[in-house]
Amino acid sequence: MSEPLVIIGNGMAAARFVDELSKRALGRYAVAVIGEEARLAYNRILLSSVLAGEVAQSEIELKPASWWRDRGVTLRYGVPATAVDAAARTVLLADGTKLPFAKLVFATGSRPLRLPIPGMELEGVLTFRDAGDVGTITNNAGRGARVVVIGGGLLGLEAAYGLAKAGAQVTVMHLMDMLMERQIDARAAAMLRYAVEAKNVRVLLKAETVRLVGDRRVEAVELKDGSTIKTDTVVVAVGIKPNTELARAAGIAVNRGIVIDDSLETSAAGIFAIGECAEHRGQCYGIVEPAYEQARVLAERLAGRDVSYSGSVLSTNLKVSGVNVFSVGDFLGSSGTEEIVLADPSFGTYKKLVISDGRLVGAVLFGDTVDGLWYLDLIRTGVSIERFRDDLVFGRALIERAAA
Amino acid sequence: MNAHTLDPLVVRTTCPYCGVGCGVRAAPDGMGGAKIDGDPAHPANRGRLCSKGFALGETLGLDGRLLHPMIRQAAGGLARTDWSTALDQVADGFKHIIARDGPNAVAFYLSGQLLTEDYYVANKLMKGFIGSANVDTNSRLCMASSVAGHRRAFGADTVPGIYEDLDQADLLVLVGSNAAWCHPVLFQRMAENKRQRGAKIVVIDPRRTASAEGADLFLPIAPGTDTALFCGLLVHLVEMYAVDYAYIDSHTTGFEDAVIRAREIAPNVAATARATGLAKADVERFFKLFRTTPRAVTCFSQGVNQSAQGTDKVNAIINCHLATGRIGRPGMGPFSLTGQPNAMGGREVGGLANQLAAHMDFSSADVDRVRRFWSGAHMATFEGLKAVQMFDAIERGEIKALWVMGTNPAVSLPKANAVRAALKNLELFVISENVLNNDTVNAGAHVLLPAAAWGEKNGTVTNSERRISRQRPFLPLPGYTRPDWWIVSEVAKRLGFEEAFAYCSAADIFREHAALSAFENEGLRDFDIGALATINDETFDALDPVLWPARKNAPKAEPRFFAEGGYYTGNRRARFVTPEPPRLKEATNKEFPFRLNTGRVRDQWHTMTRSGVSSRLSAHTPEPFVEVHPKDAAAFGLIDGGFAKVTTRYGNSILKVAVSAGQRRRSLFVPIHWSDATASCARICEMVTPATDPFSGQPEAKATPAAIVPVTFQYSGFAIARRSIKPMTGTWWARVAIAGGTGLLLATDVTPTELQEQVLDMFPAEAELAEYVDRPRGVYRVAAFVKGRLEGCLFVGPAQATPQWDAVKALLEADTIGDGERRMLLSGRATDGIAENGPLVCACFGVGLIAIRKAIVSGDASNVEEIGHALRAGTNCGSCVPELKKIIADELVLREAV
Repeated sequence: MSEPLVIIGNGMAAARFVDELSKRALGRYAVAVIGEEARLAYNRILLSSVLAGEVAQSEIELKPASWWRDRGVTLRYGVPATAVDAAARTVLLADGTKLPFAKLVFATGSRPLRLPIPGMELEGVLTFRDAGDVGTITNNAGRGARVVVIGGGLLGLEAAYGLAKAGAQVTVMHLMDMLMERQIDARAAAMLRYAVEAKNVRVLLKAETVRLVGDRRVEAVELKDGSTIKTDTVVVAVGIKPNTELARAAGIAVNRGIVIDDSLETSAAGIFAIGECAEHRGQCYGIVEPAYEQARVLAERLAGRDVSYSGSVLSTNLKVSGVNVFSVGDFLGSSGTEEIVLADPSFGTYKKLVISDGRLVGAVLFGDTVDGLWYLDLIRTGVSIERFRDDLVFGRALIERAAA
Repeated sequence: MNAHTLDPLVVRTTCPYCGVGCGVRAAPDGMGGAKIDGDPAHPANRGRLCSKGFALGETLGLDGRLLHPMIRQAAGGLARTDWSTALDQVADGFKHIIARDGPNAVAFYLSGQLLTEDYYVANKLMKGFIGSANVDTNSRLCMASSVAGHRRAFGADTVPGIYEDLDQADLLVLVGSNAAWCHPVLFQRMAENKRQRGAKIVVIDPRRTASAEGADLFLPIAPGTDTALFCGLLVHLVEMYAVDYAYIDSHTTGFEDAVIRAREIAPNVAATARATGLAKADVERFFKLFRTTPRAVTCFSQGVNQSAQGTDKVNAIINCHLATGRIGRPGMGPFSLTGQPNAMGGREVGGLANQLAAHMDFSSADVDRVRRFWSGAHMATFEGLKAVQMFDAIERGEIKALWVMGTNPAVSLPKANAVRAALKNLELFVISENVLNNDTVNAGAHVLLPAAAWGEKNGTVTNSERRISRQRPFLPLPGYTRPDWWIVSEVAKRLGFEEAFAYCSAADIFREHAALSAFENEGLRDFDIGALATINDETFDALDPVLWPARKNAPKAEPRFFAEGGYYTGNRRARFVTPEPPRLKEATNKEFPFRLNTGRVRDQWHTMTRSGVSSRLSAHTPEPFVEVHPKDAAAFGLIDGGFAKVTTRYGNSILKVAVSAGQRRRSLFVPIHWSDATASCARICEMVTPATDPFSGQPEAKATPAAIVPVTFQYSGFAIARRSIKPMTGTWWARVAIAGGTGLLLATDVTPTELQEQVLDMFPAEAELAEYVDRPRGVYRVAAFVKGRLEGCLFVGPAQATPQWDAVKALLEADTIGDGERRMLLSGRATDGIAENGPLVCACFGVGLIAIRKAIVSGDASNVEEIGHALRAGTNCGSCVPELKKIIADELVLREAV
């Protein structure tokens, strides 16, 4: 008799977890997936492509229904979970169904942060998070419409690119003096700004929004310096907040996210959390790779292997077509580190590697990101790069040829 | 262009480099260049060329050429002017100084690069019309000791043998001659003789040169002791009854005295070995080889000539040939290999301070004869000042006007620093030049006269075997350049000698020169080309290489001299000369424990103003270096590839260290080619002693006492550029011609960060700059691009990891740079074998468009899943999946279309 395993959440982490688990322990668990969104799990990263009209909504499903069926997974999507009883080991769904579980996995993801400013409730003020948002944005901001995207981070830029590609007149407003300040350095940010502007997206830096103006529907954005920018639509992309309510209500330890240990287990035995809702060693991740890593480790553990998760090396990969940006690790270079820089601004490339004690610890790549993953690997494995330091920034192909 | 002129006319001419005098065929390309190959019909080379000759086509560009007359302005700069102004200024200056201070206050300093006709006119003007013999030439630095030795022994400056002797000898002795590098085509003939006929080759040189490779015997002789070796040989020949008393008795004088002196210097093999620092067995082997091989040629060159006892060395060699009668017969004789293309022609016209003209000297009979022939207005009646003394007289202010033609004395004379300073004393300093910029030009010339260069000049040269060959023009005169003979004649006319210098062509001058050689000759002078005195212009144009003597109305002359005596001394007998015991002029001591030996490298010529333009030639030895024996290197802390400062009492240089087992202990070898125009601190002659030979006036260029200490630079690297680059301040540098531009090899203590600040000046303002910076490692590299083309770059790094420039140099030749090449350029590595990625498609796994297309075209993948399987692309975040689908669709459409 299979153990009942319930996964709350039907996003990318959940899909990957089921995939990894089915490869290792097919049939050992009776898996049920509960999804709030009324559709199959899809690739959230492609939403900006959907927005841009490059790909259809229907094409971004991660796996077809048959795939889930073949793995014996019970899909309960469109029905949110409303409560978890950790002691009784049941999950209550909105339709009143009670699902028993032996093991429970939170993969509830996150939701967009909203700004604590007047006017957020106005019509035409949107967020960019899920397939539903994409539909709303598309309806609100068609060809020629004026759109202000608040937030010049990864998500904001991807949304802005999608909108611009779809024909909107897009302005990105960013609080800081550089784009993606948490992921890249100033030089890469300057090049990024140039590249984004080349894609017909206007960029306003040091732009602190104090109010959204409008009667019923948003008409303008008011900035701290008193200036206003007329707009038809505002997309807020200022960050995310882990979805932790369900866990908190169940008495599970929650900090910013649902607290998990190196076994990915929450404070309640047999209850786990992965992806953007989880907080591991004080860190909440907002990108897909750590979620995938966690999914893999948890799948291995539930398949009976004694592996643990010790955190992910953070890497960032901007998914805007033709604008390649990658960063990983200590890309700003803390004290005591050394830098190698290769820059060809007119050619649109910039690479900075951060070295500490003869090891690569961080990197920012702009324009030419082919070697991003290799650098990530070098950082993860911590091998000495002294032997090929002079060639390092020129990439793996050169070094492997030199070694051959 | 019309199609009928597509076939380029091939012009037969003569190489402008060494004294071998190879025939060259030049096929002009109609664009200022020419295809060059060896002339199979020329007897000197029979179609062969050396690396330098072969690269002549690469040296024809007009970059850096002096193309119009220039005059020094009051403000200090040189400004362009017209010929008439320039010639007036030269003539007025000379006239004024001669009138005020007499004819000996002016001087000409000529060059073995001049054609015979140029030489003749300059010599005639100075010695017959100005009235001074202050005409000397850079040949003084090259083979003056051979001239003096010949004259002492033969009574004339006669090279007795011909090149065929090198093919016919059974023993070839090379003394102080690295013919493999300096006379490569002749060395090839010797090597061929060795291969075909089994001739033995003996190389006598303090240093194991390329010529010693494959020699039958190499004698690493102590510097300056050649006289002892040949005295020892003379004694040996006498004692072994190997001398030819019949020849000695009939055709020579002074034999007994010479043997007595030889016995004093080197009485036996052991004493010879001691005096020369050679192994006794080696000396014995050499003596026996010479004694038992009648067909022996002794070739000698700068190792013999450039010595304060060079003339004695020449005579010690000649003594052995006279004593055995091995002279003037096939495969026998002493053979001076001259360094310059027309040193011999210069000697023939008498373009040296101790000769008058046409192998005549300053005897009153000769002076009178030449006066009558020239109708000379003011004849010089005594010898003038030889090169080193001439520049001393300039330093003292006795010579106030100097005209330099086609040579670079600020680089090539001993204690070149003092020469440069002396030039500042001149009231009038005129230079006839090909180039706009060299150390002598930069030493403060008042008037620059643009002279025709090789390929443009028309006239004759004479090679080491007395063969007169035509240098024919195959390119038009560029800009306002003129032949040297025209320039000198124009000045002569302005000095009031219109009639004597009314030449219309080189042929006019050649006929006069030939007529003078025959004038009242009657067989009394060796140099006689009277048969050519009446040739018409067409015959001159078509003249085949001709050996002299070429006497008028005489049956075809024997090509060699002296087999049956007939010397040009008063009694027609050769003179044995008693040489002084060998001793170098300056002693080494604790402070200067080394001997500084100077010489040439294989692929460069003199001060590199021509050969340095060829990227191919510059690749062989791009930097000025000093060769050191491994044990000396160890003892003095010198590292191969590192740097050293070489110091003498006269100057110093900073050079790259080349540790070489072929080098002699306590001896340093340095090449002479670099100047301030080509390196920061490598003017070798600045370090050379001014001590000269008492007979020839030739400086002792190969034995100055010297010290060496290691020098370290923290950083090293290179810069390359399409346009010429200014060296960065505070750096050691050497300029190198590279394909498509110039390069600088650099070493410096200036930090890369400071260099980074200078870089903006290096490249055009519109250039796009790419930079690589690894500050903790001291690495800085920058490349500049203009319109997608590499304009130049600078690479600096820690000295222990000098960046290599081959890959980057290759890109300078390209008209456009591919994206992959541009990305990799600052790695300094070639991109061969590195798969080109194309635009990145899958960011997660770094998969590019090219790899994806390849997978589709090869049939490995036809949908997204298969691409994911083959390349992993699209299998992580999946954001590239739409793009992958589009690529697949496009490729499949293409494939179906095919």
